[in-house]
Amino acid sequence: MNTLLSRANSLFAFTLSVMAALTLGCILTTAFKDRSAPVSLKVSRVLLKKVEDFTGPRKRSDLGFITFHISADLEKTFDWNVKQLFLYLSAEYSTKSNAVNQVVLWDKILLRGENPKLDLKDVKSKYFFFDDGHGLKGNRNVTLTLSWQVIPIAGILPLVTGSGRVSVPFPDSYEIATAF
Amino acid sequence: MVRAGAVGTHLPTSSLDIFGDLRKMNKRQLYYQVLNFAMIVSSALMIWKGLIVLTGSESPIVVVLSGSMEPAFHRGDLLFLTNFREDPIRAGEIVVFKVEGRDIPIVHRVIKVHEKDNGDIKFLTKGDNNEVDDRGLYKEGQNWLEKKDVVGRARGQDGFSERYYYGKHEIPGEERSSLQEQHLQFKQANPVLKPAGACRSLAVRMDSGSEGL
Repeated sequence: MNTLLSRANSLFAFTLSVMAALTLGCILTTAFKDRSAPVSLKVSRVLLKKVEDFTGPRKRSDLGFITFHISADLEKTFDWNVKQLFLYLSAEYSTKSNAVNQVVLWDKILLRGENPKLDLKDVKSKYFFFDDGHGLKGNRNVTLTLSWQVIPIAGILPLVTGSGRVSVPFPDSYEIATAF
Repeated sequence: MVRAGAVGTHLPTSSLDIFGDLRKMNKRQLYYQVLNFAMIVSSALMIWKGLIVLTGSESPIVVVLSGSMEPAFHRGDLLFLTNFREDPIRAGEIVVFKVEGRDIPIVHRVIKVHEKDNGDIKFLTKGDNNEVDDRGLYKEGQNWLEKKDVVGRARGQDGFSERYYYGKHEIPGEERSSLQEQHLQFKQANPVLKPAGACRSLAVRMDSGSEGL
């Protein structure tokens, strides 16, 4: 340990090891935290159409339009290791041709520092709610849930679903709007 | 104190006199050093291959090369992937997939899933920072991705290259010409990843204009 190079080498190796251990420790302190929160969802309007799917496969599919209200308090999910929360509202349902269908209708990025209490009214879906076929017509069991992905500064990326969910019954015919 | 014949404890005349050291060793010492080196390299290789088996993914650690998943992942972030095929693909998950014909994988979020009774899944992805979904990135005529296109699912990240986690941060004074702005938009819509091998450098530093897809 008497040359500059060997001292620099030792120092560098030690620094790397310490930083790795510290990062692991930091990750472990927040890895098992419960990131769930209560969510309240309400649907105010539903409309069903049958349109050629212009976003991709060119076949006539059911297209749904949903307007909803979201209310959630996400303050407890934020801590020093959370960079942002990626919130998304997804509709899950089952049809004759597909056992599981999930479509993300709306999303939002919530950075640390922004207001964690959400109270949004009359939100229209951001993305087109196309079904793969005609499974939305008369479907009584389309469930909307709000979920979020916790993006940490360092650590695992958990996906958490909020506790509130709402079931949307779709109308039996096209072009008729139902208000709740 | 210097003991004659004890190689390795002999102090070199300058700190950079490596070849002097080598010349003073006899054959056995040389072989020992070579074997030592080979042991280190093969241990690293074993750990890497073991990680591939453990995670089920052919590329368990990847580096993000573009900004299409900002502000979650920035360029230079390391992602850890797993690929357990029994886990179904669900909306909201971040998947790393390869498009046929391109060898650089893409990391984006799943926004639509349609799964049949027999387990056949087709899904659609979109980058958080992109305006449109990824159908423009898939092969000509391809509208959905399937399980076979998935390289892995992002499960964790290291924190080392994240510098600006309080929101968007522009380096003051960095103005972009309109051509650079277009280039940046194109890169944002075409995200890329590079698999980080044990023998390649793990963190890739990018400057804004020089890397291609």
